[in-house]
Amino acid sequence: MTETARPTITVQNVVKQFGRFAALRGVSAEFAAGRFHAILGDNGAGKTTLLRALAGLAQPTSGEISIFGKSPREACREIGYMAHPSLLYDEMSGMENLRYFAGLYGIFEDSGSQTVIRAVGLDPELPRPVGQYSQGMRQRMSLARALLQDPKVLLLDEPFSNVDVHSAREMVGLLRAMRDSGKTIFVVTHQAVLLDGVADEFVWMEAGRIVDRTANAARSTDPNEVLR
Amino acid sequence: MTPPSASLWAVTLATLKKDIRLEWRSKDALNSMLFFSLLVVVIFAFSFDPLAEESRHIVGGLVWVAFLFAAVVALNQTWARELRNQVLDAYRVSPAPATALFLAKSIGNFIFVSVLEALMVPLFVIFYNLHVLGPAWQLIPLAVLGTWALVVNGTFFAAMSVRTRNRELMLPLLLFPISIPAVLGMVAGTTAVLTGDNPAHFYIVLLLTYDVVFTTASLALFETILHAE
Repeated sequence: MTETARPTITVQNVVKQFGRFAALRGVSAEFAAGRFHAILGDNGAGKTTLLRALAGLAQPTSGEISIFGKSPREACREIGYMAHPSLLYDEMSGMENLRYFAGLYGIFEDSGSQTVIRAVGLDPELPRPVGQYSQGMRQRMSLARALLQDPKVLLLDEPFSNVDVHSAREMVGLLRAMRDSGKTIFVVTHQAVLLDGVADEFVWMEAGRIVDRTANAARSTDPNEVLR
Repeated sequence: MTPPSASLWAVTLATLKKDIRLEWRSKDALNSMLFFSLLVVVIFAFSFDPLAEESRHIVGGLVWVAFLFAAVVALNQTWARELRNQVLDAYRVSPAPATALFLAKSIGNFIFVSVLEALMVPLFVIFYNLHVLGPAWQLIPLAVLGTWALVVNGTFFAAMSVRTRNRELMLPLLLFPISIPAVLGMVAGTTAVLTGDNPAHFYIVLLLTYDVVFTTASLALFETILHAE
């Protein structure tokens, strides 16, 4: 972690409505580059919507998002996105999946795909289709897909869900190494304890707002006091 | 190092190869289309038992209606496959051009429907005792242009309806009315060639114009459809 961290991502008064329901209600925040941000909150707090807005998948109803001074769509090369579903074709092998997705970024050599598959602890030669992978393997392959273009910003939605503790700790170690190599990491999770001592910042959300930002996995304020 | 931009044709080819590979492994669309078309051929052949002369007048309509309904099955499969595991989001967050996805899907559907046509046409010939009285070569441009008309609109409207709750119902509701000029051209053109009564040139030009207009419009609008929430 660098002490002179520069702002990477700026979120300014972002509102996201789905019909009459407001998933984000005026979120404003600056996030520093090269840091590990854990986004926490109950179901329906707006964590996934914020991550999708950062990825350019959810267009804010109002407000602005800036990533390295660009809109999320303009900065798409710099962003690796891992969703709760795998974003992989079940009928194809891991390598076939990654070969296709690498092509979308103009990468047509297999070496990059093989490297990221090995980096997440899987075998690029595994011929099994992804549909026959265990949940943990699928999560790892999904992370490998997000790493394909060597993004500067990683947006990960529930990467540890349905993964055993050992595999989750391995993934955390990998993410820590990526943060140390200068990547900016956002992880939406319900398993804050896994990231205690690893994440640089814990961002707490409630009812579509950021209500607290702490350096460890404990709230600095009583949750009941910030409910409005 | 920033990788080079993904070119339109490179992404189109990669997506097309991926779609053909997925269809080859699952055979979801081809099996459904084949089964449906076989039912149409057999049921109508036994229901009407037409003479050769009558067949020439009705088969043009029968063939194209069978292919139109069968194509809808393939078109729904095309995009439903992209919704499993939300794979379409992986495309949406990438810098790949939206038009490449549309072109690949359209060409893929064109190949699948063409395979169906190649398998079904001999059956139509046998079951309906067909003999072509006009210039048979004109059936080729009619088949190519007619099939493209079906799949280009179908691919576009299937993408529009794929995230709606009743997508199996929505696609025919959107596609069939806008396909009427093309279907008229295909049916009248095919009948003209089979009977030898009229030249089919007018219908070939009509289909060509239809294809150019709707392909251009679909390409221009597809990015909006892809990124719609």
